[in-house]
Amino acid sequence: MSNYLVKKGLILLSSLFLVTVLTFFLMHAIPGDPFIQDKAIPEEILQALHKHYGLDQPLYVQFFKYLDGVLHFELGPSFKYEGRTVNEIISTGFPVSFYLGMEALVIAVFGGICLGSIAAMNHRRLPDYIMMVIAVLGISVPSFILATFLQYLLAMKLSLLPVARWGSFSQTIMPALSLAALPLAFIARLTRSNMIEVLQQDYIQTAKSKGLNGIKVLLRHVLRNALLPVVTYLGPLTAAVMTGSFAIEKIFGIPGLGQWFVMSITNRDYTVIMGVTIFYSALLLLCVFIVDLLYCFIDPRIKQDYDKK
Amino acid sequence: MTKNNFLFEPIEKEQAQNQEETSYSSVTYWQDVWHKLKQNKLALICLIILSILFAMAIIGPFISGYTYYQTQLSLKNTPPNATFWFGTDELGRDLFTRCWWGARISFFVGIAASTIDLIIGVLFGAIAALAGGKTEEWMMRFADILYAIPYLLVVILLMVVIGSGIFTIILALTITGWINMARIVRSQVLQIKQQDFITAATALGASKKRILLQHLIPNAMGAILVTLTLTIPSAIFAEAFLSFLGLGVQAPIASLGTMANDGLAALRYYPWRLFFPAVLISLTMLSFNALGDGLRDVLDPRLKT
Amino acid sequence: MQKWLLAPLLLLQLLAGCGKPSSSYLPKKQELRLNLKSEPPTLDPRKATDTTSVSVLNLCFEGLTRMNPENEPTLAAAQSFTLSEDQACYTFTLRDSLWSDGHPVTAYDFEKTLKTMLNPLFPCEFAADLYIIKHAKPAKLGKCGLDQVGVIALDEKTLQIQLEHPVPYFLSCLASHAFFPTPSHVVEKNPQWLDQEYVSNGPFYLKERQYHLSMLLKKNPYYWDKEQVRLETVHLALIQDELTELSMFENAELDWAGYPLSNLPTEALPSLLQEGILNQYEIAGTYSYVFNTTQFPFNNAQIRRALSLAINREEIVNNITMMNQKPAMNLVPPMLWAQTPACFKDHDLMEAKRCFAKGLEELGIKQEEFPAVTLSYNTLVGHHKIAQAIQQQWNLALGIQVKLVNKEWKVFLDELQHGQFQVARLGGIASIEDPTTFLDEYRYLSNGKNCSKWSHPRFTALLEESDLTADATKRLALLREAESILIQEMPVAPIYFYTGVYIKQPYVKGVHISKLNQMDLKWAYVETDE
Repeated sequence: MSNYLVKKGLILLSSLFLVTVLTFFLMHAIPGDPFIQDKAIPEEILQALHKHYGLDQPLYVQFFKYLDGVLHFELGPSFKYEGRTVNEIISTGFPVSFYLGMEALVIAVFGGICLGSIAAMNHRRLPDYIMMVIAVLGISVPSFILATFLQYLLAMKLSLLPVARWGSFSQTIMPALSLAALPLAFIARLTRSNMIEVLQQDYIQTAKSKGLNGIKVLLRHVLRNALLPVVTYLGPLTAAVMTGSFAIEKIFGIPGLGQWFVMSITNRDYTVIMGVTIFYSALLLLCVFIVDLLYCFIDPRIKQDYDKK
Repeated sequence: MTKNNFLFEPIEKEQAQNQEETSYSSVTYWQDVWHKLKQNKLALICLIILSILFAMAIIGPFISGYTYYQTQLSLKNTPPNATFWFGTDELGRDLFTRCWWGARISFFVGIAASTIDLIIGVLFGAIAALAGGKTEEWMMRFADILYAIPYLLVVILLMVVIGSGIFTIILALTITGWINMARIVRSQVLQIKQQDFITAATALGASKKRILLQHLIPNAMGAILVTLTLTIPSAIFAEAFLSFLGLGVQAPIASLGTMANDGLAALRYYPWRLFFPAVLISLTMLSFNALGDGLRDVLDPRLKT
Repeated sequence: MQKWLLAPLLLLQLLAGCGKPSSSYLPKKQELRLNLKSEPPTLDPRKATDTTSVSVLNLCFEGLTRMNPENEPTLAAAQSFTLSEDQACYTFTLRDSLWSDGHPVTAYDFEKTLKTMLNPLFPCEFAADLYIIKHAKPAKLGKCGLDQVGVIALDEKTLQIQLEHPVPYFLSCLASHAFFPTPSHVVEKNPQWLDQEYVSNGPFYLKERQYHLSMLLKKNPYYWDKEQVRLETVHLALIQDELTELSMFENAELDWAGYPLSNLPTEALPSLLQEGILNQYEIAGTYSYVFNTTQFPFNNAQIRRALSLAINREEIVNNITMMNQKPAMNLVPPMLWAQTPACFKDHDLMEAKRCFAKGLEELGIKQEEFPAVTLSYNTLVGHHKIAQAIQQQWNLALGIQVKLVNKEWKVFLDELQHGQFQVARLGGIASIEDPTTFLDEYRYLSNGKNCSKWSHPRFTALLEESDLTADATKRLALLREAESILIQEMPVAPIYFYTGVYIKQPYVKGVHISKLNQMDLKWAYVETDE
């Protein structure tokens, strides 16, 4: 097992390295300069700026210098934001996005599984149809439209919650709900779809005929077999919500990491682009890896396959 | 018991003819599917709704007599009335016409991109899971790396290298859009391939291709269809985002997603500008979903009790 | 089923009323809550170029002069000055003023700051604004030493500035952030002074900063004119979304929404106007479309004139931007000099068609052969709408096809610089209160910002002559003549002059906004409960 883990670890690191290389060169391939703004800069000043930040050197030199920094966990200074380093940006933004993301994830997972289960057990009856409508709305209405709508309804009209910003728990409710809507809907539908199949299997009928009541049947037998696609989906989803959503953070004025993904590219803030990409990729690869491990726990049949190898 | 108990006995000709008449006429697989689908009332209604929506997307822009680009600034932001059935937008253009034009773009891009994502995703995920070992490892790594690269960078590069247009948007949407489907299909296939009937099929000498297409993929049908119903609206709104950045169709043409984006800022003052495009998208998705569910109930071999 | 619904419903009812103060509400403290819209990239006066950073700097720092509510430069850190005979050398005597840590402000602070910015190794992006100082440009280019630059601190309280040539608006320049001092006693000792010891000499100082969340400024107890400053606290939120900002204002969480720090959503403007709470003011800025004069058919002046004349500016200003802007038929906004008659008529279809026909003749092509025009702009909703309207207008007036191309911001800037466009949206607010801020772009072909690549020998000559003219009236006349040449040739089609819109709570008073769209809170106050 430990052999397997070490091997997997190396694979993860090499994937991360590939992502770094590709992003670095992609980033320099698109036009645009971090320092060119609306107001014109005389050429000599632009050159001086490039020299100051080491942008006048050939790309591969810049890349190796950057790599060297990464290995020492120093992700460089931001080109646009004076005096701030990428390390600071990530360490202040990530906890906020993480908190919000976890809240949304909890809502999505519990809500989705419950909703999906109820729908599956009432297949082709009214609760199923109601749930389907809710789920489709959750998937067809993008998060920022829902966010604006919630803001208008709950904060402006009903004054139940503060409009925006970050600091108290009540300020996390609307953003978390907006973030959770799509995952909740999708998880609900995945759960329902697989559960309908599982509920019709013979061994469920057996359990029922043996006298086990609904919930026990549900928890012990049905869920385990139905949740594989949900767990698959949760892998990349966790990485994505933990690093924040640009739209939601913008609407609610939340100082998270999500806005940096878009802002850094718009500003051509090279070091920040690289930093947040590496951070996100590391998280993503880790989450996908954990999901793969979980497969073996959830479905014993899959474990056989790995054991065979 | 002797061998003689099990000999075939020829029957009389009249008996044979009678027997044939009592059996029902043979139908093809798809005729059977259609027959069963018709019995699902909800799916049928949704099919009709979808047909109406598609028909409207084709003829709708010509009904009202206005064009989608004619601006009449003095008539901007009028609520729905007898002349402008859906009202007008911020430049005084008829929203009814624009909605159906937008529907064309959204439907086309949504379905095209989703279909490509479907085909690539399903094949990639199933083949990876079936192959197993190093092949699977490399395939999934490739997918992970592609997924991790900042999408916005890729989009900007495409915009610069290829320029904007429908083709570029579909390309941009399908570069990474298949990955989610691939992952989910892979997980399903990993589960299915352990089952006895697959072992049986392999023992019977079925080729990998046959196992893939006839056994593995149909059994993953449930998850595939559900994921498809997520991919389509994702594609529609991703297209709106890309058009906003300048990659897609240029003004004055706008897709439903773009119109919903624009209408959002006006939610409090001119709600119809958000309402109509959003309702069209949601209605389409609801119908697709119900239809998809109905199809799944018919096609999914796991549900044949 | 019904009983347990009752309680939440009641709760909803109760809560529905609270949170919004009545219109007679007055705050208890001298505190102003504003929204800064985005995180300032830097708070170093020697490096800041964008408006967000400059807004905060204007609150914390002060230069030798300051613009008063009547938009005239008054002495601030300087208490008097003398001007040499050739009007190119200023000698300032500094007031006894202190930094926010109690140290005195000296002339050395000014000298060191200016020389640091002109150091070739220092990344100051706006150093070109300082080139009016003698030998500033060669120093920045490394061609001469910094000791040759025309800024000398003769002693602790005396600062002498030698200019390249007389600059009649120099006192206004000194009020801008380019000429703010930095506390050399802190900066030299502590390279991290921006984070750790942010010392400033203006009416306020930065007390707390939570990145991307908020900033807190307090009244500077050491400010020389502190009796005039009535606000005790200024609270800056950092909300990027305009709708959210408006919602927060309506929820009484902000005292001000909109310009100059931020923006109001266009869709909200008509209803705010109807409610009567919308305030508008003029800004010295022009929104225009620039033509690439190196590309066919825009190398022909008649074609450019035709396109410019065909635009219906009135329609755009009334229906799309809706901030009561003035249509622009000159390049330089009327705010920067006294009334100028417009150089042409808005939406002059007859003249437009005539010019178009003449242009076609000069180019030797027929109407049908006229190529489709590509109109580029960066991704922003407002530009998008205006472009669509003009696309229609040009099509109806002259029968030409227009293709709209919107690009991501940096790609747009890149293409603009490299001349990869036909017609592009351009716009800007003056950085100094003088017409040359608009005209200088077109002075030389080599100027990086001259993306239209247009030049005219007489135009350049007039501008150069104006540099050497000390007499203000003569100088303005030269500039006016230059502008009329520009408009005649029309390398750029002006569309409208900027205005700013904002809404504020009724108890907020004394906030002053300059012509350059900068907010001054020195004289601001809040009507309180006592």
